Amino acid sequence: MTREVVVGTGTGLDTADMVLNIGPQHPSTHGVLRLKLVLDGERVISCEPIIGYMHRGAEKLFEVRDYRQIIVLANRHDWLSAFANELGVALAVERLMGIEVPERAVWLRTALAELNRVLNHLMFLGSYPLEIGAITPVFYAFRERETLQTIMEEVSGGRMHYMFNRVGGLKEEVPAGWTRRARAAIGEVRRRLPDLDNLIRRNEIFLARTVGVGVLTAEQAAAYGASGPVARASGLDFDLRRDEPYLAYGSLSVPVVTRQEGDCHARFECLLDQVFVSLDLAETCLERVDQISGPVNVRLPKVVKAPEGHTYAWTENPLGINGYYLVSRGEKTPWRMKLRTASYANVQALSTLLPGCLVPDLIAILGSMFFVVGDIDK
Amino acid sequence: MSERPSILGEPIRFVLNWGRRYSLWVFNFGLACCAIEFIATSMGRHDFIRLGVIPFAHGPRQADLMVVSGTVTDKMAPAIKRLYDQMPEPKYVISFGACSNCGGPYWDSYSVTKGVDQLIPVDVYVPGCPPRPEALLHGILRLQERIAAEQSGPGGVSRPDPVVAAREAELAALTAPPVRPPFPAEPVLPEGVVWHRDRPSSAPVLGPGGRLPVNELSADRAGAGSPFGDDETLPLPLDRISYQRPSSGPE
Repeated sequence: MTREVVVGTGTGLDTADMVLNIGPQHPSTHGVLRLKLVLDGERVISCEPIIGYMHRGAEKLFEVRDYRQIIVLANRHDWLSAFANELGVALAVERLMGIEVPERAVWLRTALAELNRVLNHLMFLGSYPLEIGAITPVFYAFRERETLQTIMEEVSGGRMHYMFNRVGGLKEEVPAGWTRRARAAIGEVRRRLPDLDNLIRRNEIFLARTVGVGVLTAEQAAAYGASGPVARASGLDFDLRRDEPYLAYGSLSVPVVTRQEGDCHARFECLLDQVFVSLDLAETCLERVDQISGPVNVRLPKVVKAPEGHTYAWTENPLGINGYYLVSRGEKTPWRMKLRTASYANVQALSTLLPGCLVPDLIAILGSMFFVVGDIDK
Repeated sequence: MSERPSILGEPIRFVLNWGRRYSLWVFNFGLACCAIEFIATSMGRHDFIRLGVIPFAHGPRQADLMVVSGTVTDKMAPAIKRLYDQMPEPKYVISFGACSNCGGPYWDSYSVTKGVDQLIPVDVYVPGCPPRPEALLHGILRLQERIAAEQSGPGGVSRPDPVVAAREAELAALTAPPVRPPFPAEPVLPEGVVWHRDRPSSAPVLGPGGRLPVNELSADRAGAGSPFGDDETLPLPLDRISYQRPSSGPE
């Protein structure tokens, strides 16, 4: 759709490449990501993402935190999908300790994880059009976020960092009537989402800026280890919820949203359609929760020690696959908890996507990679 | 810059403060999770734009207020300082969240600056992890109260630079005169003990600059100096060593 016209100047101007630094503080980088670009006029010649500006040493701090305290830190590396992070850590520890989580807790965790997925996607559904220049969707997205955050806050006390998972289940039983209120909120969000959908998905300007821009092929995605909606938009059909189910996903039928084009619009559409899927899944889980009774956690000893050994637990986080490699030497604190984060792999693809594009396309591509800098840097 | 309320008068001071506090253009310094709550505070439910805080500053040079929200890492610290210095006076800083207040949950990390107030002067601290949007609104209201009570003229209130202050405090600690125990005027000797050695004089011999010669900064050689004077060559010649066994007690 772009047409390049070369205008002859007659004098054969000398050009020089310009090195431009975007970030680490810049309105359109999602956080503190620095891009060192070499530009030839408006065209990007090469791009080097420089990370580490949000490196807080979480993995080192894990080594001096108790197994119950690591949930606090684990919450905060991908700060938009906090519940999914703490879930992965709890799963790893439970697997090492051989704890069987009660059924009600499993279904509740699934419901909350899907709600968290919706919250995460809504954030990007709002901020990505904002970068393209469409200002209204972000208000609608945050309106839905507030509705769901009220639900999450009622159950856990936190709007963003829930710290609701515990080793062996959840912190406490959900308040009376919560499932009814949660289903009502899901219905409200589902009813109001078309406001956002109709505004942006088929918008002419949005299509012009995102279709055919930043095409990531499935092979490239697989080579970089990209996962989540970014990879599924390129046709890489891998979703842990369906392929290697954890929690209650084995008993659910998870429709996986994929696209084949691999451009920015496909990534955005994957995110938008996944929201609808997740709302349905959350509602199903909440209905099951109402039918199951029982405890929501397991009584832990005063000192929680994981036996010696190592395990790798991976979850389908909203942004992609997050892996948690836990090595224990039988102490109260992990010997090593290594995090494999989705955004780290997804951002690596930027060095192939960006060269050759124009600067406005760079903004579109950068926003469409859907990363969280804390997830990259940990 | 200047603080001359007496020249300008109370009405001008009132008008300046009124203008400054109700038209705060925010330089979005969103670093981490707190940035999300900052954005949520600017959205429809808890709207801080109605307080006059406008998040559309194009950069530090067009901003009055810097809200540092999120963890300040050592790698990011020089950028923060530089961007703060680029803001023109009068400027205010809100430290939003536990990480920028004091390091927060990463208080013992090797790569986190424990508190943005080590780099830039902070006016209002908003605690929380992350603070609720209502907490940010409260913080903004507090800041507005503070600005209303300011006594300054056109340049705004100048605040001490924490980096310079820290460096000066360190230098003062290193160059301060050392704390010495009080020497008695006349030592009280116990009965029956004969002291053969020369007692040191009441005050130790000071090296150059009026400091104890043990201070490495004042010595002209590496390593601690000798309290007996740097010109001694050891071992001392035998005739300079005077030692007599104390003649106390039975033989």
